[in-house]
Amino acid sequence: MAVTLTEKAANHVKSYIEKRGKGVGLRLGVRTSGCSGMAYTLEFADELNEGDNQFESHGVKVLVDAKSLAYLEGTELDYVREGLSEGFKFNNPNVKSACGCGESFGV
Amino acid sequence: MALLQIAEPGMSAAPHQHRLAVGIDLGTTNSLVATVRSGMSVVLHDETGRALLPSVVRYHADGSTDVGYSAQALQSNDPHNTIVSVKRFMGRGLRDLNDVGSMPYQFVDAPGMVQLKTVAGIKSPVEVSSEILKVLRDRAEKSLGGELVGAVITVPAYFDDAQRQATKDAARLAGLNVLRLLNEPTAAAVAYGLDNAAEGVYAVYDLGGGTFDISILRLSKGVFEVLATNGDSALGGDDFDHRVYCWILEQAKLSAMKPQDARLLLTRAREAKEDLTTRAEVRINAVLGTGEIVDLTLTAEIFTNITASLVSKTLTPTKKALRDANLEPEDVKGVVMVGGATRMPQIQHAVGQFFRQEPLNNLDPDRVVALGAAIQANVLAGNRSDDDWLLLDVIPLSLGLETMGGLVEKVIPRNSTIPVARAQEFTTYKDGQTAMSIHVLQGERELVSDCRSLAKFELRGIPPMVAGAARIRVTFQVDADGLLSVSAQEKSNGVEASIVVKPSYGLSDDEIAQMLRTSQENAKTDMASRALREQQVEAGRLIEAIEAALSENGDSLLSVAERTEIDEGMAALRLAIKDQGHQQIKAQIEKLNHISEAFAARRMDQSVKKAMTGHKLEEWEA
Repeated sequence: MAVTLTEKAANHVKSYIEKRGKGVGLRLGVRTSGCSGMAYTLEFADELNEGDNQFESHGVKVLVDAKSLAYLEGTELDYVREGLSEGFKFNNPNVKSACGCGESFGV
Repeated sequence: MALLQIAEPGMSAAPHQHRLAVGIDLGTTNSLVATVRSGMSVVLHDETGRALLPSVVRYHADGSTDVGYSAQALQSNDPHNTIVSVKRFMGRGLRDLNDVGSMPYQFVDAPGMVQLKTVAGIKSPVEVSSEILKVLRDRAEKSLGGELVGAVITVPAYFDDAQRQATKDAARLAGLNVLRLLNEPTAAAVAYGLDNAAEGVYAVYDLGGGTFDISILRLSKGVFEVLATNGDSALGGDDFDHRVYCWILEQAKLSAMKPQDARLLLTRAREAKEDLTTRAEVRINAVLGTGEIVDLTLTAEIFTNITASLVSKTLTPTKKALRDANLEPEDVKGVVMVGGATRMPQIQHAVGQFFRQEPLNNLDPDRVVALGAAIQANVLAGNRSDDDWLLLDVIPLSLGLETMGGLVEKVIPRNSTIPVARAQEFTTYKDGQTAMSIHVLQGERELVSDCRSLAKFELRGIPPMVAGAARIRVTFQVDADGLLSVSAQEKSNGVEASIVVKPSYGLSDDEIAQMLRTSQENAKTDMASRALREQQVEAGRLIEAIEAALSENGDSLLSVAERTEIDEGMAALRLAIKDQGHQQIKAQIEKLNHISEAFAARRMDQSVKKAMTGHKLEEWEA
């Protein structure tokens, strides 16, 4: 199993990294917080950390630390537009419950 | 569900803690809102994908409002209640506006700021602006999916305290937390990343719909300093439309026209102007209400010719600004183009030729100010890790207070980076003085009468002491938005008084430029008049002190001859104060000091004797 990006998400990430002028890829993670226990983190990655799992998706390097991978296995990151809002959305098959806001989840 | 954006490494926000911040370009003609998404500054659109919000507010009798395109569309049907270009009224009194007659509004003169009478009641420019800001705030919150922590709002570099305060009030009224007010040219420079670039001088050429502004900025150590601003408040893209419109009338031999036809032709003229940005010629077609048909071809060459005088009209203020900054076009390291009208090739060409370099134009000139403001807002909201990246602004004119003799003591010099706080100690002039009037002034000149009065207040309750013994600490504080507060405190008993300066009316950009110019032109005479006033004050103080001493023990300590000599010396000094130069006054002061030396020594002896009488020597040695 892997962590993947949709093509649309990958294109956005590529243009953001290009605009930013540096970065080796995208770092996905989870941390314990939020109303349902876990929350996603989504950051630019400037370097590889020890124990990182690397995935390549539509030309973008995706980094996930070992601890987070347990919660993110099989996740697909999409870029969507909802009304006036647009941004990244985690499609995570491991999620059992999510908070109404979608920012935090439980497994 | 809230959608996520990519954060900088280690800067992911906790759920529900996104530090959403926006930059707002609150323009005279159009306004925009932008934010930083996944590290990239983007302008936020409305439901139909439009980025610009026309800065037009229409009031209805029931108090509801239309803002933007819908209000603009009906502007001619309901001119009294449709407020356009409200930015021109911000922080201005009725007498600051010189073209009141040509506007369709019913103005109400109110203390501080002019107000407008509408069907929904009397509205201040602050309220009208807040309606525009509310729409932008609503758009931003819908786009970002949460409440905003704050906004950076841009203002022209020449906006004074009153206009900045009014802008801040409008934001507060719209429920926005103002992180900072940022100068428009500075925001444009930030959008181009010049704040990270090498140090140097940059010009920002801003030709909007109805106004032209040129700013000369110097970047050093991450601080943008506004060296000079100039412009023309009645020159913009609309004038180019009008030139094309006149050309159409001339070519088609049209004369008196109905308003609808005139509007139609103006629209065609604007479309032709916009098309000529990318094409060599355009056809202009229109069928008028009278049945007349207009069918003309406008080439880029003709367009350039008929608008040449407008283009050169922008270069005059540009030259002036450079001259004010004591610079040549070669000293300018980069030129930033702002405002939709700078898309016109002839403008690009003229500016390029003037500065002998290609202007920076790869960002959308309508959006560049909002984009820069968003970048600054993102930093201020705490979304960036590199904390050394903090942009600073400077105050445009020196701030000071009045001292004896009508002189201005500068407390905060012009171009100090803000926020800034400076304190200075002052003292009393007369024996037993218990109050001090603090007069806060803005400007570069040496005399009070040549500077602008911002505020006056009094510090009372100073304990009676001899002149010069009281210590009064006056603190000037300018916050990050350029707003001033002044406080005064007497050190021995701690009495305090303070004021927040909200000047009742503002200075126009022309006036600021004028004030800076005259200060340079008059540097020499100002210095001379300062020297004169200083000697006059010094002389007055000396006469006062000697008179007090004479009345106390002049008779007991002085012979008749000595007394006459001192009286003559004082009379000579009094004469010198009236009509002589500072050198002569100084000489007379020295002479009088010399004459009264013996008297002063005897007074000293006597007071020492008095103090020692009845005491034994040992007491003093202990």
